[in-house]
Amino acid sequence: MARDDVKTGYKYVGTRPNRPDGLDKVTGRARYGADFSLPGMLHAAVVRSPHAHARIVRIDASKALALEGVKAVVTRADLPTGLTGEDLNLQDNTLAGDRALYDGHAVAAVAATSPLLAQDAARLIEVEYEVLPHVTDVDAAIAPDAPVIRPGVADYSVPEGMHGNVARYMEFGHGDVEAGFAAADVVREHTYRTEATHQGYIEPHAAVGQLGEDGRGEMWVCTQGHWYIRRMCSAVLGIEAANLRVTPSEIGGGFGGKTTIFMEPLTLALSKKAGGRPVKLVMSRSEVLRATGPTASASMDVKIGMKRDGTITAGQVYFRMQGGAFPGMSPIGEALPCAFACYDIPALKHEGIEIITNRPKAAAYRAPGSPMAAFAVESMIDELCRELGLDPIEVRLKNGARNGSKSSYGPVYDVIGLQETLEAAKAHPNYSIPLGPNQGRGVASGFWFNHGGETSVSLAIGEDGTATVSIGTPDIGGSRASIGLMVAETLGIPYEDVRVNVVETGALGVNEPTHGSRATFASGKAAVIAAEAAIREMCKRAAAEWGIDADAVEWKDGAAHPAGPNAGKFPPMTIGEIGAKMGSTGGPISGHHEVTAGGYGASFGTHVVDVEVDPETGRTTVLRYLVVQDAGTAIHPAYVEGQYQGGAAQGIGWALNEEYIYGPDGRLQNPVFLDYRIPVASDLPMIDTVIVEVPNPGHPYGVRGVGETGITPPLPAIASAIAGATGARIRSLPCSPPKVLAAIKALKKG
Amino acid sequence: MSRIHVTATVNGDPVEFLADPRETLLDALRNHLDLTGTKEGCGTGDCGACSVTVDGTLVCSCLMLAAEANGKRVETIEGMARDGLHPLQRKFIEHAALQCGFCTPGILVAAKALLERNPDPSETEIRYWLAGNLCRCTGYDKIIRAVQDAAAEMRQDHRGAA
Amino acid sequence: MAKVHLWASLRRFADGQEVVEVEAATVGQMLDALERAHPGLAPAIKAGLSVAVDGEVIANNRAAPVKPDSEVYLLQRLKGG
Ligand code: FES
Ligand code: FES
Repeated sequence: MARDDVKTGYKYVGTRPNRPDGLDKVTGRARYGADFSLPGMLHAAVVRSPHAHARIVRIDASKALALEGVKAVVTRADLPTGLTGEDLNLQDNTLAGDRALYDGHAVAAVAATSPLLAQDAARLIEVEYEVLPHVTDVDAAIAPDAPVIRPGVADYSVPEGMHGNVARYMEFGHGDVEAGFAAADVVREHTYRTEATHQGYIEPHAAVGQLGEDGRGEMWVCTQGHWYIRRMCSAVLGIEAANLRVTPSEIGGGFGGKTTIFMEPLTLALSKKAGGRPVKLVMSRSEVLRATGPTASASMDVKIGMKRDGTITAGQVYFRMQGGAFPGMSPIGEALPCAFACYDIPALKHEGIEIITNRPKAAAYRAPGSPMAAFAVESMIDELCRELGLDPIEVRLKNGARNGSKSSYGPVYDVIGLQETLEAAKAHPNYSIPLGPNQGRGVASGFWFNHGGETSVSLAIGEDGTATVSIGTPDIGGSRASIGLMVAETLGIPYEDVRVNVVETGALGVNEPTHGSRATFASGKAAVIAAEAAIREMCKRAAAEWGIDADAVEWKDGAAHPAGPNAGKFPPMTIGEIGAKMGSTGGPISGHHEVTAGGYGASFGTHVVDVEVDPETGRTTVLRYLVVQDAGTAIHPAYVEGQYQGGAAQGIGWALNEEYIYGPDGRLQNPVFLDYRIPVASDLPMIDTVIVEVPNPGHPYGVRGVGETGITPPLPAIASAIAGATGARIRSLPCSPPKVLAAIKALKKG
Repeated sequence: MSRIHVTATVNGDPVEFLADPRETLLDALRNHLDLTGTKEGCGTGDCGACSVTVDGTLVCSCLMLAAEANGKRVETIEGMARDGLHPLQRKFIEHAALQCGFCTPGILVAAKALLERNPDPSETEIRYWLAGNLCRCTGYDKIIRAVQDAAAEMRQDHRGAA
Repeated sequence: MAKVHLWASLRRFADGQEVVEVEAATVGQMLDALERAHPGLAPAIKAGLSVAVDGEVIANNRAAPVKPDSEVYLLQRLKGG
């Protein structure tokens, strides 16, 4: 049920006002990464490796530098040495050292007086390569004959005897799985595969950087987290964080892909070499696809035991994930705990390895690891349900996690809403619409941890009683609106009187990016606490005016009131009156809050999809789609629905079309939107949503964070719907028409 | 390389600039005329973020050379609000039809071109017309609803005016 | 003493123990005590851990309190999109 239909006692929370940045965004005034320019600005282009794996023998930039208007070239030789750990990985990814590790790996960069000139100059930079053997497939990379890409990549966790491309190993679980399987009526075991996909934000990465001789610099950049940009660029270039001021632009989508750096340090390195002139670098779409941070590809073994009544007795998984040529980037550490997070199963065993391949350095993508894990486990549960003739929602209600369940990854769940999403899905009309020929229905649930993280917010009361809130989490999908609503609710002033700004790194303490579904949760929570601090100060000011004790003043409806008859008889003093006088009553009034926010609540959702499969072509059409998800509290329901719908659409793309295709030469074969096909308007139906609200006790307004869970269920739900429509189970994404057609044909022959 | 002198009308204003023969109309709008509302999402005609109209025809400005705009009438997102916001712009805000907003200028320009041809499009017609405009954030649901609602309002106004 | 549950593949660094009991009032003290008791865990702790204390996942806060009877689970450091 949407918040609009629920009595809550809130005045602003749960309403759907216009977002504060709406006008700028419908008129073209909003400034995104590539929209920023400075006087004297140069433009940059990057030289990239055409090889999946090669030794860089020689770089000769003399021809490029001889062009009139070319101002600087940087190679790895221009960056400081001696970095270690992830800093070194970031530097290695910014510019290749002695080896290019994937198709598209940056090798050199050039700055010139125009974008076209920079591109011309890049073509004149000669790079001599000695091609080395490569591997791009996750399973092929651990075959005995696979070349070891980075000797010594394994961390402490990898046991002796594993392949040299294994970087991490993990195992956990509880209970006795063998006894669990023995107690089951049916035990099934299969391998599931998902291909790498890209976040596919429509705005390519873009930055303008300026760095002077004195080591002081500035950057304007589209990012989910400008403090991360500051820290990473400082580390890669060997400058002090305080000397780099980073201002975030409006951001044209991120989905996790803009939580790290790719080409950003190049703008600063080029600027410094070009005498401090600012340098703009905008990636092309093919650069984005080849050389930013797609998600991992995965190969996953799953074994589950079920009784005839639907009770799941045991589960076991072994996941293999590759996150490109750098360790620590695959979401194996998230995928494994997500695998059975929706269930309360007595015996579970999880094992997994991270594998290095000649692919780009993976980045986070919406609920990192959870969609792959869900594809494997939820598909298998659906297979068992179909085999035993059980209703998939009933089986999930029976085995699903509830308040107090011990989670699959250890801790006990506090207050969660999985059961409520299942009940709502069961009750929704979509679940009982009769299906026609070649049509099938799929159900799956999904999970994401959510996140709190480092957060710093400040709030100032204006002379007219309005409030300005400074936050450090870039607004990707309406978080300024939802934070504005919570502050308005807390202060008791109209939403229009609150302006929320995303401010630069010089203006607040360190903030983690907008990631982990944390912006509305953590910045919102900190903003509410900051508003409460301002309220305490305003009560103090009123008390002083009235000559009573501050404790005898209470705040309601945007004004200080004497608390009860004993406090004395004074007319309420409004925030506007207090603000107007603040200079003479003690000075500016503000509140701030800095915290590594805890108290985030886990997020669960359940999706129901109907598809029709054309038996002639294998093409799948999504007929109707339902997202049910627990939001905790929906602060701005329209943007909560938007997150659900957008997550579902990305998941549908992953399920049906999207994949990274590498040729035998190790080159990405589809680095354009024409061939890396994300869903378009005519591919999708309306996406129905149900917002379940099981408030999170760890947030003043019950927020859980809604951004990520929605991408998780579509992968298995669609594959299961296709199985329902055709009888053919696709265990390897995407469910592209040729694959589905082949599966149907195999079934007929079978 | 010698540059080409281009004169055109953009959002009703006369403009002139010198274009490199390889520059696209999108480059010219953004880099020479400071009209950065038109976005580049791909540069290959696949995303529609760069949608503008040229002499009334909807085009991907990344696929048209700047020099080809000589003597033409170009309309961009910056020219869409005339006496206040266009109904599409208003409805996009009201319906939360944008999240990051990067696709929004192109989608608004494309949707306006649709409603000028077809004041009462079906859901399917809207979906196919906008199939060249990628949005990664919204799943299109709220975009379609906003276009439908704007179309309904414009039909109402039209009837009211007639 | 707080009970700290190690994931299976960490146990070989702690003499095979599944649960290590440590005296600690905060997450930071707990991690330090673990490392003192089982130096083999140092690389894992250095690589970054999240912990769950009595059900609440704490991504990164050494000051978070640990009670004498707390159940603590070590988790891999979690990332979000
Ligand atoms: S930028 Fe022109 S279609 Fe994408
Ligand atoms: S709103 Fe972000 S791409 Fe459409």
